[in-house]
Amino acid sequence: MVAMAVEFRSDPAQAPRRGPGWWFSGVSEMARRNIRHILRSPELVAYALIQPVMFVLLFTYVFGGAMHVPGGNYKQFLLPGIFVQMVLFGSVFGTTVGVSTDLRSGIMDRFRSMPISRSAVLVGRTVSEILRNLVSVAVMIVVGLLIGFRLDDGLLPALGGLALLLFFGYAMSWLGVYVGMSTGSPNAAQSAGLTWLFPFTFLSSAFAPTGSMPGWLQAYADHSPMTTMVDSVRGLSDGTPVGSEVLQTLAWSAGVTLLFGTLAVRKYASQSR
Amino acid sequence: MTAAVLVAGVSKRFESKRGAVTALDNLELTVDEGTVHGLLGPNGAGKTTVVRILSTLLRPDEGRAEVFGLDVGKDAWRVRAAIGLTGQTAAVDDLLTGRENLRMVGRLFGLSGARAAARADELLTRFDLLEAADRQVKTYSGGMGRRLDLAASLMAAPRLLFLDEPTTGLDPRSRRELWGLVKELRQEGTTVLLTTQYLEEADQLADSLSVLDRGRVIAHGTPDQLKAEVGSDWVDVALADGEALDRARALLVDRLGVDPVVDRETLRMQAPVSDGTELTGVMSLLKDGGIVVGDVALRRPTLDDVFLAVTGHPAEPAPDPRQSSKKRKGGR
Repeated sequence: MVAMAVEFRSDPAQAPRRGPGWWFSGVSEMARRNIRHILRSPELVAYALIQPVMFVLLFTYVFGGAMHVPGGNYKQFLLPGIFVQMVLFGSVFGTTVGVSTDLRSGIMDRFRSMPISRSAVLVGRTVSEILRNLVSVAVMIVVGLLIGFRLDDGLLPALGGLALLLFFGYAMSWLGVYVGMSTGSPNAAQSAGLTWLFPFTFLSSAFAPTGSMPGWLQAYADHSPMTTMVDSVRGLSDGTPVGSEVLQTLAWSAGVTLLFGTLAVRKYASQSR
Repeated sequence: MTAAVLVAGVSKRFESKRGAVTALDNLELTVDEGTVHGLLGPNGAGKTTVVRILSTLLRPDEGRAEVFGLDVGKDAWRVRAAIGLTGQTAAVDDLLTGRENLRMVGRLFGLSGARAAARADELLTRFDLLEAADRQVKTYSGGMGRRLDLAASLMAAPRLLFLDEPTTGLDPRSRRELWGLVKELRQEGTTVLLTTQYLEEADQLADSLSVLDRGRVIAHGTPDQLKAEVGSDWVDVALADGEALDRARALLVDRLGVDPVVDRETLRMQAPVSDGTELTGVMSLLKDGGIVVGDVALRRPTLDDVFLAVTGHPAEPAPDPRQSSKKRKGGR
């Protein structure tokens, strides 16, 4: 090996200047890294593509015949529920496991010892989840259209529903980041990340109308962010009137983003870990 | 001249299930710019805690910790621009290729895309990773992963490099390669703070040494000074039985004035020798005395010998709360 002359040398005086430009470059570099992760992890691609298709087909053909729902069309009722469930699971699972893996491998310490803005590392991760969700939802819509799901309300409301769904997924990915930062190992993160998701998903209008639930349960189910999200997508796809559901979902998503975003960044920056 | 590293009166305690554990206890440390300084100590002596404080990952409870005159807490941002950190595990991204890893780190340090690419190529060539550059890191061997990790820490040509047990878990060949790289860096003027459990490693690389025990510096000086205190190599002889052991010991005491350490259970005798001639001296003495010798080994002094010389007790790994809660690949 030949010793090479060092042509430049870092200097504290040349530390990158903090500001929006530096923040964006950090975010985009981290997002690029995570998108590569998603593309290179067969299990993540499977999660984004195969699982939603499987759920759509299973629920439609197994439960579909036995279900009586308002409007009478279970496919039309079910698919928004599946969309939301898949976005939720994908967002939470992806970030929880990803962040805890980074913590364990030591690469998070590398980032923390570098002049990168505190939030950029985590924002880069959540931003890349939007892309994964977009692909996942697109695949589900195509499969849905093939088996008889209809977007009767027109293109603009459908796009609005998609945007709302991606925002909801973004908020939930922050929750996933926080859970991932709080658990000790990727395995623990996997179970901690997934266990609460099942009751959270099923105690809602996603798969069955809340009207048949016991009163105390219905009181929760009617106002859970899951229900407001699913009902918003339903309304925006089949044209039933939507109103407060959309606003409630926006409020929930903004709240979750703000709360867990703050908690996660604070945890990342905390020096005593 | 400002010291590259100045640690004055730094203490750090961790809370654990067994109560508070003192990781650093009023620690003092100075590293001059352009030198390689070794922190030598057993598990739990506080070596990693020192590195984590100086690399802005931990805040000390008390005391002053500065890098190039900048406080690691208040001026963390500028400190981070001047340092490189290579820990005990390869802190690189397994799913990215070697080249992608280096470019990413370069861009995150603020190099332009072209400059990051050129610097990545330069380091890949230098660290003998060019052939594997476009393979995912998960296919790398342990030694390759560590080299890439070091390359990543060098992307921004840091003025100060932290190497936290850089060769733990590496095979002898990879270890030697890494030593060669550290020596080159020193020649180029990089200041290095190295932690190690191996006296030989510290001897090979460091200009000066601090020996850590339970969060305190118990000895410091050049490797030569320390070795002078510890003694030189040891000859280690296996004998047939207890009777031979006693006679061999008596011979050494009478004729060489050396009192060897004997272990009656393993029937082994160990004595310090100053150079090769004394080894042959010991052997011919035993042969002339009619003592049959099993195997003979020449042993370099270890961290245990340093501890024995400096503190009078062997190195005892202290419980380390960080390690018990987070088991790391490759151990420590």
